[in-house]
Amino acid sequence: MTSSAIEAEGLVRTFGKVRALDGIDLVAREGTVFGLLGPNGAGKTTAIRVLSTLLRPDAGRAVVGGYDVVREPAKVRGLIGLTGQYAAVDELLSGQDNLYMIGRLLGWRKADARARAAELLEAFDLSHAATKYVKQYSGGMRRRLDLAASLVGRPRLLYLDEPTTGLDPRSRIDLWGMIRTLVAEGTTVLLTTQYLEEADRLADEIVVIDHGKVIAAGTPQQLKMRIGGQVLQAQPADPADLVATEAILASFGDGENRPHNDGQLISIRINDRAALGQAVRQLDDAGIVVDDLSLRRPSLDEVFLAVTGHVAEEDELGDAAPADERRTA
Amino acid sequence: MSSITVVPAGRPNVLSNTLTIARRNLLHIKATPEQLVEMSIQPLMFLVLFVYVFGGAIAGSSKEYLQFALPGILVQAVSFLPFTTALALNTDFQRGVIDRFRSLPIARSAVISGRIAADGVRILWSILIITGFSMILGFRFTGGTAGAFGAVVLVLAWGLVMCWPMAFIGITARSPESVNTWGFMIILPLTFASSAFANPDTMPGWLQAIVKANPVTSVIDASRGLMLGGPVAEPLTKAVVWMIALTALFAPLAIMRYRRRI
Repeated sequence: MTSSAIEAEGLVRTFGKVRALDGIDLVAREGTVFGLLGPNGAGKTTAIRVLSTLLRPDAGRAVVGGYDVVREPAKVRGLIGLTGQYAAVDELLSGQDNLYMIGRLLGWRKADARARAAELLEAFDLSHAATKYVKQYSGGMRRRLDLAASLVGRPRLLYLDEPTTGLDPRSRIDLWGMIRTLVAEGTTVLLTTQYLEEADRLADEIVVIDHGKVIAAGTPQQLKMRIGGQVLQAQPADPADLVATEAILASFGDGENRPHNDGQLISIRINDRAALGQAVRQLDDAGIVVDDLSLRRPSLDEVFLAVTGHVAEEDELGDAAPADERRTA
Repeated sequence: MSSITVVPAGRPNVLSNTLTIARRNLLHIKATPEQLVEMSIQPLMFLVLFVYVFGGAIAGSSKEYLQFALPGILVQAVSFLPFTTALALNTDFQRGVIDRFRSLPIARSAVISGRIAADGVRILWSILIITGFSMILGFRFTGGTAGAFGAVVLVLAWGLVMCWPMAFIGITARSPESVNTWGFMIILPLTFASSAFANPDTMPGWLQAIVKANPVTSVIDASRGLMLGGPVAEPLTKAVVWMIALTALFAPLAIMRYRRRI
């Protein structure tokens, strides 16, 4: 399948003076995971809200599943499932009632809505808590229920807005597995995240946005290639040797790349593979014992740093929509 | 999970959507028994305290005061109920529940109409509890069956009208705390500066002017007339005009806010 599930051109959305979206173009192919990556306030949530018809763009156009989000929003809503950054499930209903309610809202018969709710509770490992109020659920359970809720109508397209923000590592890995299963079954996923690892693991294609603009696009592999070469890193056994290690590694940077010192590990982008051997000799000559010395492909973090000029932020405040600070975590 | 794609056929059914949302809102009562206390026990407590603490002083005997005050207590109780509407709408927005509803292919108006349908049930429940309890205490409808029925309909209608300004506050306010502040600032004086608990003739002139202009006074006077047999035409006309005016003002405002709030 090569047809595109989402096509957006020149999307602009402003809140007061802030241009949350400043001319975004993106194309997500059907049956793939499309990752929208960016720091807080980059415009990720605003983009999701425009593509899910919750917000009208000020300019530009977006077509989802063949329907224009502004002209045929009801058709678009019939195709999508939305899972927001904060689990949008009803805390004062049981998990079962949450899913049943959505089935009924979609116009299903009672028996069908009940069967679908049971099916999803089972698939998301929530059957044991089916009749418990959601306010008694753990964070991971809520997130799974939220995902289940967005799947009741078997959407062709699933929007996941920072689905794992605030989750413990275990729940995060579980959720990744569920997302992969959905994609294997043909669902197209639009995923926003500020976790580079998440984008790296799940996304077929990535668009990096910052300040409402696309600053890089491609497959995770292409993005890593884009900043070129490899990364040489060394961790001296004695922290007192950090400065000396940094000085040695700096000589491999061809004058343009500077080493990065995180207090334990020195890393530097290099283009010459022979550097590893030379580094071994030079460190040895200097009498520096290392715990780790390796050559690797750059991580998406480093790509991110290279294209945005700053590191990915990981605080958990909401993204975008500065005109409306309604959400409280 | 099966991979059959079901695209919902045709237009969303407004009535069915409304009932589903109403059911959801009523199910909340089960999860928060405090709501049941608010709907039933709290107004009864008010009734008992007012009638037995102030009754003798105001009307000579608590029994006579009960006859006088019940319509007022009823209208006050019903005026406070839409508070829940405001708080629930505010919470729904904050939690992202509204986003979920809006991202579904359903009738968008159902979120509000379902809210109001559920409130209608809650208001009617309160009316029946309060009047039933006061009849045990000795209250008598002396205005006939038609009058009693008319009064219930009027008070119910008033409660539904009050849902609109409260929905407006609930959607506009940034937090449940500010919903509380604004709600109390409006409802408390509105229900007390009325003919609910004392004869306005005993109040100072400036307050009388306020009380007479207060829509709550018209609703209470009309209910009193219907329940006890007294002048109805004038206060009822005023009450109906007020209710139409308040709905005409706040329903569009609330709906506009609902559409705009993101």
